[in-house]
Amino acid sequence: MSGEHHHDHDHDHDHGGQDIPSATALRVKALESLLVEKGLIDPAALDAIVDAYETKIGPRNGARVVARAWTDPAYKARLMQDASSAISEIGFTGSERPHMIVVENTPGTHNLVVCTLCSCYPWLVLGLPPVWYKSTAYRSRAVIDPRGVLNDFGLTLGDDVAVRVWDSTAETRYLVLPERPEGTEGMDEEALAALVTRDSMVGVAKVVAP
Amino acid sequence: MNGVHDLGGMHGFGPVRPEANEPVFHAPWEGRVIAMRRLMGAWPGYNIDAGRHAIERLPPVDYLGFTYYQKWFQSLIDQMIASGTITPQELTSGRNAAGVPVATPPITIANVAKSIAPVGSFQRDTGANPRFTAGDTVRARNIHPEGHTRLPRYVRGHIGTIERDHGAHVLPDSNAHHQGEAPQTLYTVRFAARELWGSARNEADAVYLDLWESYLDPA
Repeated sequence: MSGEHHHDHDHDHDHGGQDIPSATALRVKALESLLVEKGLIDPAALDAIVDAYETKIGPRNGARVVARAWTDPAYKARLMQDASSAISEIGFTGSERPHMIVVENTPGTHNLVVCTLCSCYPWLVLGLPPVWYKSTAYRSRAVIDPRGVLNDFGLTLGDDVAVRVWDSTAETRYLVLPERPEGTEGMDEEALAALVTRDSMVGVAKVVAP
Repeated sequence: MNGVHDLGGMHGFGPVRPEANEPVFHAPWEGRVIAMRRLMGAWPGYNIDAGRHAIERLPPVDYLGFTYYQKWFQSLIDQMIASGTITPQELTSGRNAAGVPVATPPITIANVAKSIAPVGSFQRDTGANPRFTAGDTVRARNIHPEGHTRLPRYVRGHIGTIERDHGAHVLPDSNAHHQGEAPQTLYTVRFAARELWGSARNEADAVYLDLWESYLDPA
């Protein structure tokens, strides 16, 4: 164990990430200044990364993958066979890409993604994970009581539906391909993409028709 | 390590509480922390497995009490001090110690795109023959390494079925300790919910994990 912690954090924050201790903000600023002065990080690159997370990557990318799969059977076949390549076809990645795997929901099978050991999440297609995905409540319960977790999200599944939980223990990243809702037969790819939520691609919700 | 981070199957953490209209970051410093971690990840001596292990080694009380980005921040500091990248004195002063040379960052604004996207491939072409094939019955080993591992406690000793072979991948148990990539075949293994959690579970429910060859025995 490391004996080198320098913990002067305050304990006035809650555990959901809502209330931000200002002491932490100051310490982060001090570290950033130090790393820039040492030449270890480029401040312009730092700004660009923050901007990318806030404005460029996010669940709209995954929604486009899902909508394409719903409307183009050949694309769906490629997506299920080699998700990394099929996702890169849509243009979300450069030379580097994670090992993506798409799991498909059907009337008889529901998929749910978790990372019990940390918070692995398919950033490429969903952006940064929400607080609940990283919470101890979700990480502890998703594998032992997935149906209870789904109830927390207002989704109750019958006993005739098999629940498959994917614990992201390696550098493989899982995206759920939700079921296309009834009543969307006339919609085009763009309109369908607008219906696809982040939660449906993690597997804690279904996609609903407008 | 049998740490508090290994949460699968634990009770008592309450219901999952989604936040409506959640922002990407709840405060600007969170974005700075994640960006600093990604930029430092390009330096020799920093890798994703060592980074995860640094988070796991936070004192358990902190691990459970910190927010996600507080964990990232504290573990980044711990890693940087342990590796000698910075000193506690420099962290306090916010200034480079006298006489320490100024470095040139490996990631600059010109090539920043590659540190925004998720980590590159961890697949390695070793040419080794996989020990198992899809459909094989395996048992997750009952092992308790004190270092980093990606074999959660809740599957140890349990029987599963090889679902898929992903080829050889970097072994976190080695890479986290800077002992080399030591790639091994990675498999998706299916464990029936009843095997893990008892007969009250739905017969068709299952949990799938990606496990390295050395985590598994034939069964």
